[in-house]
Amino acid sequence: MTHAIRAEGLVKEFKGKRALDRVDLTARKGTVLGVLGPNGSGKTTSVRILATLLRADGGYAEVDGFDVLRHPHEVRRLIGLTGQYAAVDEELTGTQNLVLIARLLGFDRARARVRSAELLEGFALSDAADRPTKGYSGGMRRRLDLAASMIGGPSLLYLDEPTTGLDPHSRNELWEVVRRQVENGVTVLLTTQYLEEADHLADDLVVLDHGRVISEGTPEQLKDRAGTQVLELRTSEADQLGLAIKVVEAVTSSPVSDDGLTARVPVTDSAVLPEVVRRLDEQGVAVGELSLRKPSLDEVFLALTGQPAEPQEISEETST
Amino acid sequence: MSAVTTDSPTGPVGPAPMAPPNVSPLRTAHQGLQLAWRSVLKVKANPEEVLGLILQPIMFVTLFVFVFGQAMMGDWQAYRDFLMPGIIAQSVIFATLGTGFSLSQDVEKGIFDRFRSLPIARSAPLVGAILGDLVRYTITVVMVLVVGLAIGFRPEGGALGVIAAGALILLFAFALCWMSAFVGMIVRTPMSVQAFGMIMMFPLTFGSSAFVAPESMPSWLQTVAVNNPVSHVVDAMRGLMLDGDVAGPVLWTLGWTAIITAVFFPLAAWAYRRRT
Repeated sequence: MTHAIRAEGLVKEFKGKRALDRVDLTARKGTVLGVLGPNGSGKTTSVRILATLLRADGGYAEVDGFDVLRHPHEVRRLIGLTGQYAAVDEELTGTQNLVLIARLLGFDRARARVRSAELLEGFALSDAADRPTKGYSGGMRRRLDLAASMIGGPSLLYLDEPTTGLDPHSRNELWEVVRRQVENGVTVLLTTQYLEEADHLADDLVVLDHGRVISEGTPEQLKDRAGTQVLELRTSEADQLGLAIKVVEAVTSSPVSDDGLTARVPVTDSAVLPEVVRRLDEQGVAVGELSLRKPSLDEVFLALTGQPAEPQEISEETST
Repeated sequence: MSAVTTDSPTGPVGPAPMAPPNVSPLRTAHQGLQLAWRSVLKVKANPEEVLGLILQPIMFVTLFVFVFGQAMMGDWQAYRDFLMPGIIAQSVIFATLGTGFSLSQDVEKGIFDRFRSLPIARSAPLVGAILGDLVRYTITVVMVLVVGLAIGFRPEGGALGVIAAGALILLFAFALCWMSAFVGMIVRTPMSVQAFGMIMMFPLTFGSSAFVAPESMPSWLQTVAVNNPVSHVVDAMRGLMLDGDVAGPVLWTLGWTAIITAVFFPLAAWAYRRRT
């Protein structure tokens, strides 16, 4: 079997509102499937259905060959879930939190302690092991939460917006941890509203918007599909940027955006590059940096949905 | 009462049944005990809560005995003896609110989702929470008694009578726990659980024989108070700790305990399954 997750035509309604509208998801074993979309697009609902926490109103989903409706217990044996909020007991220490889960999973006292110590070590929490988690930083809590979901050695890991609210350093640390799990053969289902995160971690991507799959493929394919490339230009002398922008606008006849240092313009034909260079040379503009690159996922999302990937005030996922 | 569930009316009803056959009763019990231990650890780790558990009985007993005692019976010692069984019952009954409150908190924090995504018995988190809370109620009973003894309460029923009365109120509290758990599951936030619970608990305890004899109440209230299950519990405890009827009130109490459990255990389990 090559598919760790296979979901077809998932439908879920909350009070008559469609949260999921025939969503298909497939995760290949040992890879990261990224589910990308703004708030309220149906990411959490999808994860909860695949985690047996929520029943779909329609469609079919299986995890490692087990139907989530008919064999929820088998599915729960295979998965580790890290939800949107770090689900750890604040009053308990890191060790107590992990030992509890281990004991629930049937580890005896000694093995539960060993397993907890192992994971705390692996997630760089050994120093804080015996402190109540209410004193942990946001990043530490997320790591503990992730450690808790790893106790039973799951072959699938569901991460629902694991880095929301984390600072860049903690986020990078968490990414590192996720990559290590994938190296060990774990399949990861990752939801995120950060395009950068999806680009960094995901092998395959599904883009959700208003409960529908609006695009899917590898991050590379998605970038190709958005059709355009982006030309980036930096001048040696900052005061020449204005002149350079005029030149580029004349060649590409598209509006150029700039942040005062770098000018960016989407282009459809890479042949514009030599033309831009020639004209700039004619005008005596000293080019500091000139490149043609694939668009970022932010730019892709804009192209796919017609709106920027900003969190929207739609809260159909009231499923607490 | 605010929104109940988020399932669509046309959709299938609730996820898998509780305690799937994959989990043996023995393992279910083990898991319940682990989760009960979690509640105990949380109390231990929270000095404020421990302090509250200790100070609240001191405050209530002292206030009631010394503020109302003379006015009620012309003699605070007499009122103290009358009050002790009632105030033990009242303290424990109010403490059952904690069950719904902490369950609601677990839902809000996502801890509930973690438990439900584990291959454990579906009922384990619910059973564990309630077993753990029984420890808290026991502390409450003991504390109120200690304060009573300190101000001269000497129950004629002796140690045996006191233990029997304590066991009876704990049993009754166990039944009320399911009611509290039900409220905790259907009300959306921990704060509203508390508010809603208070509205239920105040009439239940004050409209009973816990603080005053129902004979002094207007006739409509008397009817309510005499038939209030809390009155039966308190009367039974008075019988066991002091003197008076025992058999009748104890039977009534056991009957009510069975009825409340029979109604609210399935309701709590149902609401727990439906809570998504």
